[in-house]
Amino acid sequence: MNARPPAPLLGAALAVFRKDLLAEWRTRIAVNALFLFAFAVLVLVGYAVGPTRLAPEDRPTVNAVLLWIVIFFSAMTGLSRVFVKEEEAGTASALRLAAPPPAILLGKYLVNILLLSAVTAFIVPLFLVLMSFEIKCPSLFIALLVLGCLGLAGASTFTAALVSKASAKGALFAVLSIPLLLPPLIAAVSGTQVAAREEDFKAGADFVRVLIAYDGVVTTAAFALFDAVWRE
Amino acid sequence: MKSLGLVAKWFLGLGMAAICWGAFLYARPAQNFVGESSRIVFFHVPQAWVSTLAFFVAAWYSWRYLKTRRIEDDEAASAAARLGFLFCVLATVTGSIFARVMWNSYWNWDPRETSIVLLLLVYGAYLGLRGALEDPERRATLSAAYALVAVVTVPFLTFAVPRMYQSLHPDTVINVRGKVEMSSDIRLIFFSSMVAFMGLFYWMWNLDRRVSRIVRERAGSVA
Repeated sequence: MNARPPAPLLGAALAVFRKDLLAEWRTRIAVNALFLFAFAVLVLVGYAVGPTRLAPEDRPTVNAVLLWIVIFFSAMTGLSRVFVKEEEAGTASALRLAAPPPAILLGKYLVNILLLSAVTAFIVPLFLVLMSFEIKCPSLFIALLVLGCLGLAGASTFTAALVSKASAKGALFAVLSIPLLLPPLIAAVSGTQVAAREEDFKAGADFVRVLIAYDGVVTTAAFALFDAVWRE
Repeated sequence: MKSLGLVAKWFLGLGMAAICWGAFLYARPAQNFVGESSRIVFFHVPQAWVSTLAFFVAAWYSWRYLKTRRIEDDEAASAAARLGFLFCVLATVTGSIFARVMWNSYWNWDPRETSIVLLLLVYGAYLGLRGALEDPERRATLSAAYALVAVVTVPFLTFAVPRMYQSLHPDTVINVRGKVEMSSDIRLIFFSSMVAFMGLFYWMWNLDRRVSRIVRERAGSVA
């Protein structure tokens, strides 16, 4: 029958994923931007606020906000690379020929999830130690971090594809991403405040639900609309 | 057709004047509000409603653009977004003044206040994206895609979050109990004002689209 097997979407996506990781490993632009920015902000916050300047009852509120600010702005420094670099290097056309659009988006999405999870895994323990931020319900906290990172990576991968075609990419990336990311960030911050105060997972289950719904909706919308953006 | 438009314009102008008169002189102030502050409902709510409606109009025409690739649809979407931004600013400012009178603070991150700021941000981002794209077709496609992603994420803050927190904001017209709780004089002026504001939006939107078309045709004839 057909000698050439149909390129499965997942296979193509994984190929894009591997290619991007390799390219990233050679230059390390996104990794450096993400980690150095996150670390620099962590040092600043740790030095300026630190564990002792906050009254114990204020810690859950303030620390939850600071933690998500660090994660969010780190995402804003590095996650646009996946598409911007293709336009800058002039490789976007070749990529257009090599893989179907959903596979490209999925591959880039996975790269951004990996990058953001790595930064979060690096930042969160340091943050907890430096700020003596105690989490009463670790399972809720971890669920919020995982879902928050999925949502951040999902929406920002899509906006990265948009800004890669525009001028003033860096500034525009944050401007376009903030409105899309405000709902999950508010849910994640509020949920983290609950996780720092209550031991019961159920107390913050609503926020987890909002995040699950958001991640599902934004990912679906991104995949549905990516075709038009990518062909432009 | 021309005379119909003229009649509609006169009707809108006189109607708006009548609504202003009715809002201040005919309708009585509602109970449980500080002084005369409830009269803001006749202007603030239609503005907020039009700014939300404009967002859905922009999203609808964006979707149509992606289907048909007609530049007119993109112009309609961008006109709706520009007007939506204007009405959104008005709704935010009037709401803030009301908050000052009612709760003695211009801004207190009530869920409704948060959601209107989100809408303002989305409009700003959409218009910013349009400004950063030179090529008309690319601008149309990318801003349409952005508008459609935004339209699915905005409901999270406008519908989900306000119901998860306590809000000081007076019940919206479409409330949990599913009925309009207004006295008849207020209801008359309020719904007339809703219709008039939507008419105003439609008129301004149409003007904007016609100007866009003329500009495009002029540019085409020069090139």
